[in-house]
Amino acid sequence: MAEIQIKNVAKIFGAYQALHDINLTIADQEFMVLLGASGCGKSTLLRIIAGLETATTGEVWIGGRRIDHLSPKDRGIAMVFQNYAVFPHLTVFENIGFGLRMQKLPNDEVTRRVEKTATLMHIEQLLKRYSGELSGGQRQRVAVARALAMEPDVILMDEPLSNLDALLRMEMRAELKGVLADSKTTAIYVTHDQVEAMSMADRISVMHQGKIIQAAAPIEVYRNPSAEFVASFIGNPPMNFLPARPAGAGRWTVAGQTFDGPQADRAALQFAIRPEDMQPAEQGLTALAKVVEPLGAHLLVTCEVEGKLFRVILDSDMKVRPGETLTLAPQPDRIRWFDPETTLAVA
Amino acid sequence: MTDAVASAPGADTRKSARFLYVSAVVFLCAWVLVPIYFLLINTLSSPETVTSFPKPFLPEFDMGSLTFFAGFAGILTALKNSVVVAGMTMVMSIVIGAPAGYALSRFEFRGKGLFRLLILLTRAFPLPLLALPLAVLFIRTGLDDTAFGLAIVHTTLAIPFAVLITFSLFSGIPIELEEAAWTLGCTRLTAFTKVVLPLILPGIAASAIFAFVISWNEVFAAAVLTIENRTLTAFLLQNLDTSPLHLKFAGGFILVVPALIFIFAVRKYLFAMWGIANR
Repeated sequence: MAEIQIKNVAKIFGAYQALHDINLTIADQEFMVLLGASGCGKSTLLRIIAGLETATTGEVWIGGRRIDHLSPKDRGIAMVFQNYAVFPHLTVFENIGFGLRMQKLPNDEVTRRVEKTATLMHIEQLLKRYSGELSGGQRQRVAVARALAMEPDVILMDEPLSNLDALLRMEMRAELKGVLADSKTTAIYVTHDQVEAMSMADRISVMHQGKIIQAAAPIEVYRNPSAEFVASFIGNPPMNFLPARPAGAGRWTVAGQTFDGPQADRAALQFAIRPEDMQPAEQGLTALAKVVEPLGAHLLVTCEVEGKLFRVILDSDMKVRPGETLTLAPQPDRIRWFDPETTLAVA
Repeated sequence: MTDAVASAPGADTRKSARFLYVSAVVFLCAWVLVPIYFLLINTLSSPETVTSFPKPFLPEFDMGSLTFFAGFAGILTALKNSVVVAGMTMVMSIVIGAPAGYALSRFEFRGKGLFRLLILLTRAFPLPLLALPLAVLFIRTGLDDTAFGLAIVHTTLAIPFAVLITFSLFSGIPIELEEAAWTLGCTRLTAFTKVVLPLILPGIAASAIFAFVISWNEVFAAAVLTIENRTLTAFLLQNLDTSPLHLKFAGGFILVVPALIFIFAVRKYLFAMWGIANR
């Protein structure tokens, strides 16, 4: 059992507050992704859990044990670093076995566990090599194997795939997900890549300016963003926003069209819709096509609706020319509403 | 034919750039090698050849001057003193300099920039300015005319380099390597001995040898602070002043060669000190 609890953690660097009052519980064996742009505090949070950074205030608990005062080696964690951090003076075998040797395990046990994890990561033929003789992808595998060989309660990963090329990243993504699910460890994975986050996570914590904005399952974060920031950060291209004016009880006017919306007593709301949740129709929002990008699988059209940027993803068989006017009908159950003052979602 | 004409200007620029490059290399090599070459020739020549002109371009392999030195009274003691002082300087400057280099590279602390500047500033004081007060101080504390006293002075001369070289060595080792070691069960100390130390050991050795050479070559403090226990440089300075020319050459040769060999052995780490890639 290795449930992680982060209680009221804040971090201040001089005059800069990197983390504000973070509260997060990560279930045993859960794969949690901390997602955010660079500088949002996600790496700082990970390093506080690892013990490489100390929180200014707050507590960190792993498996019912408070660990924020312990040194990294006593926390039952293992970490995979962005630049791999494979020791250049040791062979792959000694790298993977490094932590086991530090635990003073007997030789045959070290050999057994090194060979087991090396096989798991498909690097059993590289055990005698040095890190200088490995490719980036192989080094990454060594780094993961080294962490797994420790059989930790919690495995922490700081952008482990961001130094790999796109194809390798996709391959490793799927492989890592499988290996970590089999290892039954709790995992915290930091990334700025929303595709990685969506595809690997059990739950995503979207972070912004040192706060967790939303922590939920990937599809929930995608479909029901809790705040405008999440809606505009997740999704490529992100959600479209248009201002809405009240038009009677539960009705809202958006770009000359009236939609069913929340029964909210507000002077204005933000109407939001994902680019793929619209279809050309007889009736709907009037959009002026500006740029048409055929992307193979679909057609990305950048339009203007009442002077506002508005993107729509259409079937790639559609013929759309720049300058053409489209009439787009949003799928009613996919429309979301945000309060322009608080930027939070309104149901 | 037209192709050749078209490519001619490009080839010309490349040619002149190459000429400039080669001549710069030749000039710099000559700057260093010609004096050493004459030193070598004159050392291995008989006294008559040394004072004659023109010089032969090949040495005569006359060992007269060198054998004279081998039999010169006190030279072996002076050599021993030089080695002892240089050895102590080497150990002290690494023991003091390497932790400072580590701290500069790994920790953020108030006055870090000033500290780095002050380290360099110790080299801004001319040694003659310090030597006399030091001599007085050393006589009062009883450190005068001892190898240890001189080694202390040489250590202060070598420390700036030891700090800067080790600083650049430690900075060349990603902090993640240490952090990875911490998460794998190391303390700060074991992470240092198991990960950092093996990686920087060659560089530490180089910086130690550099400290050795600084001490080996230093003459002013050695001449002022020692009387009985002269180091080789001070000993030769004292005795060669009134010696014939061929012996001066031979004495210079004896001093230059060890320093040259040491510097040659550690040359790539000295580049690291100036921020050139450490490979």
